[in-house]
Amino acid sequence: MSAEPTSFKREMLATLPSLRAFAVSLTGKHDKADDLVQDTVMKAWAKQTSFEMGTNIKAWLFTILRNEFYSQMRKRGREVQDSDGAFTERLSVHPSQYGSMDMQDFKKALSQLPDDQREAVILIGASGFSYEEAADICDCAVGTMKSRVSRARTRLQDLLKISGEADYGPDAVSAQVTTSNHSF
Amino acid sequence: MKDKLVTQQRTRTQAGRADDGLGPNTDIGNRLRALYGAVQEEGVPAQLLDLLEKLDSAEQAQKNGTATRDGE
Repeated sequence: MSAEPTSFKREMLATLPSLRAFAVSLTGKHDKADDLVQDTVMKAWAKQTSFEMGTNIKAWLFTILRNEFYSQMRKRGREVQDSDGAFTERLSVHPSQYGSMDMQDFKKALSQLPDDQREAVILIGASGFSYEEAADICDCAVGTMKSRVSRARTRLQDLLKISGEADYGPDAVSAQVTTSNHSF
Repeated sequence: MKDKLVTQQRTRTQAGRADDGLGPNTDIGNRLRALYGAVQEEGVPAQLLDLLEKLDSAEQAQKNGTATRDGE
């Protein structure tokens, strides 16, 4: 019988955990991320005829989610943008191989990146996309994607070195206070 | 010809990846994946799975021409 809708559903299901992690990295908040994934699932379902089975459903869904996020942000402005950036909420599953202070520093550093650099480094470093796929998702040139990733990495290295040194300095507490917003 | 081009492209991408500093032996890459992985491991909220079920069964019902009214 008609196996296609079922396999569309199955492929979507398989992508949801990663799609949701990307949504959390964009919104910084789990409840907003879940709303965003929900909107994405409905959008994707409605346009499933425009998706060719056998092509990259993960990249397709990420593109829809990202477009949805930025279009909501344009419409709602601050309401959506009030997060501190990526992964700022306490995670229910802690990344076990790292100490919690260590990860805290990393999250803070990540949230200080410009949005385009943060999403680039996440798509390439964590979501597992190629530069070509990530460039498609973000609607930019491959070279642009590469330079965003490279700048993000350099910035993260700098920030992490700084926060490492701050641990030994007398002013570690006040240094932390200044890092709560996106830097632009 | 076309295959060769694709291969070249892929090689370039892999070469690009090799020195992008996010590979398996890099601190930043590993931390990114640890963070991302932690969210993935939380699992998918039931509400989302329900939504997908509903969309699918609504579509099935429509396809079978039996638009059943089950209150939703």
